[in-house]
Amino acid sequence: MLEVKSLTKSFDGFKAVNNANLDVQKGEIVAVIGPNGAGKTTLFNLITGILRPDSGTVHFKGENITGLPPYEICRKRISRSFQVVNIFPRLTVFENVQISILSRERRSWDLFTPSSKLAVEETDRILENVGLTKKRDRMTALLSHGDRKVLEIAMALGGNPEFLILDEPTAGMAPEETSRCIELVKGLSEKLGLTILFCEHDMEIVFGIADRIMVMVRGATIVQGSCDEVRCNEAVQDAYLGGSDVCLM
Amino acid sequence: MAQGRIRGKAQLSVYAGLIVLFLLPLILQRFYIYLLSTILLTGLLATSLNLVLGYGGKFQFHHAVFYGVGAYATALMLTKTSLSPWLSFIVGPLVSGFLSLVMGLICIRLSKLYFGMLQISLGSLVWIIVYRWYSFTGGDDGIHGIALPDIISSPNGAYYFTLIVTAACLFVMYMIIKSPFGSVLQGIRDNPIRSEMIGINVRRHQLLALVIAGFFAGVAGSLFVVVDNTVFPDMLFWTFSLEILIMCLLGGWFTFLGPMLGAAIIIALRTFVSTYTSYWALVLGILMVLVIFFLPNGVLGYIEEKIKKGFIEPVIEE
Repeated sequence: MLEVKSLTKSFDGFKAVNNANLDVQKGEIVAVIGPNGAGKTTLFNLITGILRPDSGTVHFKGENITGLPPYEICRKRISRSFQVVNIFPRLTVFENVQISILSRERRSWDLFTPSSKLAVEETDRILENVGLTKKRDRMTALLSHGDRKVLEIAMALGGNPEFLILDEPTAGMAPEETSRCIELVKGLSEKLGLTILFCEHDMEIVFGIADRIMVMVRGATIVQGSCDEVRCNEAVQDAYLGGSDVCLM
Repeated sequence: MAQGRIRGKAQLSVYAGLIVLFLLPLILQRFYIYLLSTILLTGLLATSLNLVLGYGGKFQFHHAVFYGVGAYATALMLTKTSLSPWLSFIVGPLVSGFLSLVMGLICIRLSKLYFGMLQISLGSLVWIIVYRWYSFTGGDDGIHGIALPDIISSPNGAYYFTLIVTAACLFVMYMIIKSPFGSVLQGIRDNPIRSEMIGINVRRHQLLALVIAGFFAGVAGSLFVVVDNTVFPDMLFWTFSLEILIMCLLGGWFTFLGPMLGAAIIIALRTFVSTYTSYWALVLGILMVLVIFFLPNGVLGYIEEKIKKGFIEPVIEE
């Protein structure tokens, strides 16, 4: 479904992403792991069009989407959530998700229909799915960190994606929030059949829900394979455990 | 529930306010009617700025240009052509909207302060053209004694015309803010990157907002011609833009009627304080400092907060 080939991006000579390769099949959950600064977020930014790659290609369902602006990539039904919470703080929880739906329905140029009557059912359904119904009318600036991260995912779902990219969905969450979030992600894959690409530092989560794993070190893909293949891979042990031959997890 | 009640009360007060405004000419002296007309049209101007400032998050630093150009276009059509005078009230705003499109296309790529700075430069260019082109615009003399259709040439006629047009424009702008476009615009204000990531073409939406704001500033300019029968280059000088910006901040730039309130406060202050002292700007300065310290969301923002607190029980975080 998604195919990334030899992607490269440098900032002032520093190669943040250097020859990254990745392929994701329909319906899979794929995790990208790697030490801090390995270029995971940059890779996601390249795939979603926030950054333009220096070289390499990104194909989605056979179509070349390299270097397209983010709004066009989103319209191809690729949605993402961000590592650092990225929401609309002066709007309510409901409005945050609703905007995403209105945008997908291409209603954003509608100047005279009151928004309050549009996409209400669908917004409420998404909020219910992610468990934010009770906080529907709250200003998002007042939400807890965990709720905001979940709202991130809800906003991404508003785009009715086929392909969902989650950048550290559980970062900074309390343990109970984390398990709620994991259940949510699993449910999205099982119930809605979404293809999910995510990155995460918590190995328990990674090995718990990913079908396959891609490992990045210093901007480059060093291995992509099933959990078992990655677990005892030598290069991965080098990167994570400084050459020890203990398997990850 | 609580929000519905607040909305109901707010609607009622708007209707009551409109009725009072309609009846005021029966009891007020001519001077106060003139003052009210000025407040209304300046409030419309400030509200149009707030559409891109408070709701759109764009630092539109030179909004007066669109006001002045709208006024000049109307005045020039009224004095130099024999076309229907009513047409000039449509052409003025259209010219402003077009200018806003052109300036927007040039500035839109820049963000935050850079956008504002380039806009001040381009706007000053327009000002200098108006200021120097004697044969066409009357240069620093401006254009005076503009003849108007009979029905709006009396002070009361001008007042009612201003009131009706302002109310209609505010209604349309309110609709726009509550529409999907308005929601998206506020989303862009809060977070442009996220907006792009949910499929929104940020620049195009901002550009349309700029054009709409320019158009309504042009309407305010046309109304100024009706109320004052005159136009002059200072209308599009950048210091006036600053004054409109202060109106928005003072009244509350995240509220819809805040800029109108800000306009009322500043114009009333200027009129009444300046009869006692020529340093009225000093009073304004002190007031502004106080607002920044004590009412960061402006006067109406503060009132709204108080009302909401009274209606909604505090939410306890579990």
